[in-house]
Amino acid sequence: MAGGISTALGAKSVRSGQKVNGATQESPWVRRLIIGTGLFYFALFLLLPLGSVFVEAFRKGLDVYLAALMDPDALSAIKLTLIVAVISVPLNLVFGVAAAWAITKFNFPGKRILITMIDLPFSVSPVIAGLIFVLVFGAQGWFGSWFLDNDVKIIFAIPGILLATIFVTFPFVARELIPLMEAQGKEEEEAAIVLGARGWQVFRFVTLPNILWGVIYGVVLCNARAMGEFGAVSVVSGHIRGETNSMPLHVEILYNEYNFAAAFAVASLLAILALLTLLIKTFVEWKAAKVNSELKEG
Amino acid sequence: MSKPLFKRSVIPGFGVTLGFTLAYLGLIVLIPLSAVIWKTSDLTLLQFWQTISEPRVVASLKLSFGASLIAATVNAFFGLILAWALVRYSFPGKKIVDTLVDLPFALPTAVAGIALTAIYAKNGWLGQYLEPLGIKIAFTPIGIMIALIFIGLPFVVRTVQPVLEDLDKEIEEAAASLGANRAQTVFKVVLPIILPALLTGFALAFARAVGEYGSVIFIAGNLPMVSEIAPLMIITKLEQYDYSGATSIAVVMLFLSFILLLIVNSLQAWTAKRTGREV
Amino acid sequence: MSIQVNSIYKSFGDFKALDNVSLEFPTGKLVALLGPSGCGKTTLLRIIAGLETADSGQVILDGQDASDRHVRERQVGFVFQHYALFKHMTVFENVAFGLRVKPRRERPSEAVIKKKVHDLLALVQLDWLADRFPSQLSGGQRQRIALARALAVEPKVLLLDEPFGALDAKVRKELRRWLRRLHDEIHVTSIFVTHDQEEALEVADEVVLMNQGKVEQVGTPDQVYDKPATPFVYSFLGSVNLFHGRVDGEVVHVGPHQLVHGGSTVADGSSVVAFARPHELTISKDPESLGVYAVIERVLTFGATSRIELIGLDINEEKTSQNYEVELTRLEVASLNVAEGDHVYLVPKKLSVFEHKGTAA
Repeated sequence: MAGGISTALGAKSVRSGQKVNGATQESPWVRRLIIGTGLFYFALFLLLPLGSVFVEAFRKGLDVYLAALMDPDALSAIKLTLIVAVISVPLNLVFGVAAAWAITKFNFPGKRILITMIDLPFSVSPVIAGLIFVLVFGAQGWFGSWFLDNDVKIIFAIPGILLATIFVTFPFVARELIPLMEAQGKEEEEAAIVLGARGWQVFRFVTLPNILWGVIYGVVLCNARAMGEFGAVSVVSGHIRGETNSMPLHVEILYNEYNFAAAFAVASLLAILALLTLLIKTFVEWKAAKVNSELKEG
Repeated sequence: MSKPLFKRSVIPGFGVTLGFTLAYLGLIVLIPLSAVIWKTSDLTLLQFWQTISEPRVVASLKLSFGASLIAATVNAFFGLILAWALVRYSFPGKKIVDTLVDLPFALPTAVAGIALTAIYAKNGWLGQYLEPLGIKIAFTPIGIMIALIFIGLPFVVRTVQPVLEDLDKEIEEAAASLGANRAQTVFKVVLPIILPALLTGFALAFARAVGEYGSVIFIAGNLPMVSEIAPLMIITKLEQYDYSGATSIAVVMLFLSFILLLIVNSLQAWTAKRTGREV
Repeated sequence: MSIQVNSIYKSFGDFKALDNVSLEFPTGKLVALLGPSGCGKTTLLRIIAGLETADSGQVILDGQDASDRHVRERQVGFVFQHYALFKHMTVFENVAFGLRVKPRRERPSEAVIKKKVHDLLALVQLDWLADRFPSQLSGGQRQRIALARALAVEPKVLLLDEPFGALDAKVRKELRRWLRRLHDEIHVTSIFVTHDQEEALEVADEVVLMNQGKVEQVGTPDQVYDKPATPFVYSFLGSVNLFHGRVDGEVVHVGPHQLVHGGSTVADGSSVVAFARPHELTISKDPESLGVYAVIERVLTFGATSRIELIGLDINEEKTSQNYEVELTRLEVASLNVAEGDHVYLVPKKLSVFEHKGTAA
């Protein structure tokens, strides 16, 4: 009889799996309901919109798709978006590293406030981000008349787009690096200095290798937002075709002209950029987790 | 000075990095933001009130905050369920789902906007089936909510997920060994522990939704008094060269966002206290 | 309540955590499950509690097969290694939890709950902490609250996983005496898991020694310490001197030397390992002694006893890699007149012999 019981038990434990034990597990139908609900929500609100971008982009065939991308206005929008990203991302990278260094390696009064200030652009509506630059540099703004007299255009021109983009992408790198460098402490830097390393060497040989993945992570997110920003740029751009239209603005114009296939074609490029961003992000996370577990084992 | 403000450190670069940080922060963020305050001080209280009390503006603020509140609530509920499924269960495609959850952070809002419109417009993917049932989504506040759900989706998932992952299995075992059934364990022990994180995610999603523009304007249809959001009102005022009006609306939004930021910060402190984690 | 486990098997992947374990825990006793980490003791405890399911075998509580019973129906109190207190509840609410989650019909009234919690807090001498949160308590206090919480549901069995593992040395000593006294008061059948032999020997009525998923020996602390059943038990409980050799009648040949043993069941000529605790060895300068040749490295005296550390010597008087340790009284050391650097013979007063099975214990 005992034998019968133990085989029954053995069979049961195989069914119920190893990782989670009976004490902390929901019944199978609850589990299925939770997974089902979660995936339905995910599919309806996330997967469906993503899929629709690509389906709509190719609805009228590959020729229309390519033509939309080769259109001179589209090309100039792509160029503008790249220029903006190439300038704004490095600036915010330098800022992010400097801010993280000052905040995590030193103690000074007002540190908490500084961290909150750095986060500010995240809590400001993109439209307001655009508005503030109009208020500063617009025709009636603080410096507006001076710029007007000297024939320098900021608003409704590329500098305005740049400024608004830098503003909205301002916190990305710093925000990624501050917690990371905080967790790493400053012992290694101090050790390097005791061993005779100088300022730049400390950063180059000790700090940078430790934060490299965090830097990449921040840069990738910063870049995605810089290329995709719509609201803030829309306010300061002036929507001049072929001149101050970035890719997202070009999508809007095409869409409003009922040129849906072309709008979705340009949008699909941005969607691919987003997917690439997520891919790199996942890779970086995987890499960081691997490094972490190796450190723990070693 | 008897007590120096700045402790001397052997690590170099304090002056340079802090100096650059403050200068850049001032130039890019603080000075431009203070332009709003400067512009507001130009206004008389009457002007301010006149803009803010315009029926169209009131309607837009109500819509922005109302729709954001509903969207954040939907996200809190379903986000919690999705986070739970991602942390606790294994199912095919889990890795892909986990990666794609961040899509709204990476996808330009304009792209999301036209995609959602393509789905929910009268002749859209889902819209064509919903329209005969009398359900209109595009060009109504419901469409706005759907766009706001999309852009707020990652917040709750990403704030709840790590807390759920860190949750000690022993806690749940302890509850079970004390005689609690699974529902009691989940509702009396697990949920209270993740509640602060859930509220943080909710507040972040809400804050993001209130200011959102790009993904909303396509699906909203922007009918005055019906589906016009507050950020769009700012743009409308700007296009009419009504800088004072635009600033007035911006001030109201900034003020409310500031309060939200305070709430988020105290929620995070609360999370840290509850879960015993240092932040 | 009596606890019995019958031929329990449990593996995690390729790792055999429990390999045919059968035990009986007598009612009202405090039993220690002792062994090195990874020996399966915690897994066994969790299987008894119902937190883990055995691959096969039975758990019998009070004569009834409870293998299929859910943890919440087993009426066991479980104290977790890291206490697992609910951080968002006060001490009072933590202890009251088990009462509050009872089905409505069995749930005591608020007044009863209040009285019971305060009685329990008084029992663990922490009544004054009722309104604090776990994060405001010291490790020792948390441990006692965890115990009070487990006792609140009046468990028939109390299971403690490394109850003192996360505490510092001083608190640990205090708390284990306290646990012993508490057990004498409440007499709930209790099992606790530990890797600290001193803890097991001092606190438990009975000790179960485990190694690599198997039970090595069961007995009172005196029994397992004085009459270890296996080489593992010998070396795990306290310091021990090892002699590898070959048994031959009354003696064990260790290299060129002979040691007298206290009787063995091992066949003549077989390879053996012999054990003697430091206090079971004495030192002789007489070259005729039946002992192992060694040189005194250090003589350390604490209070009334001296510890002498020695290194073995081969026939050429060269040092070998064998280390020995002998414990003598200060008087004995004085009368022997030994000093560091002396060449001496180590003579066992008592020597236990076990067959050598390839892997040294």
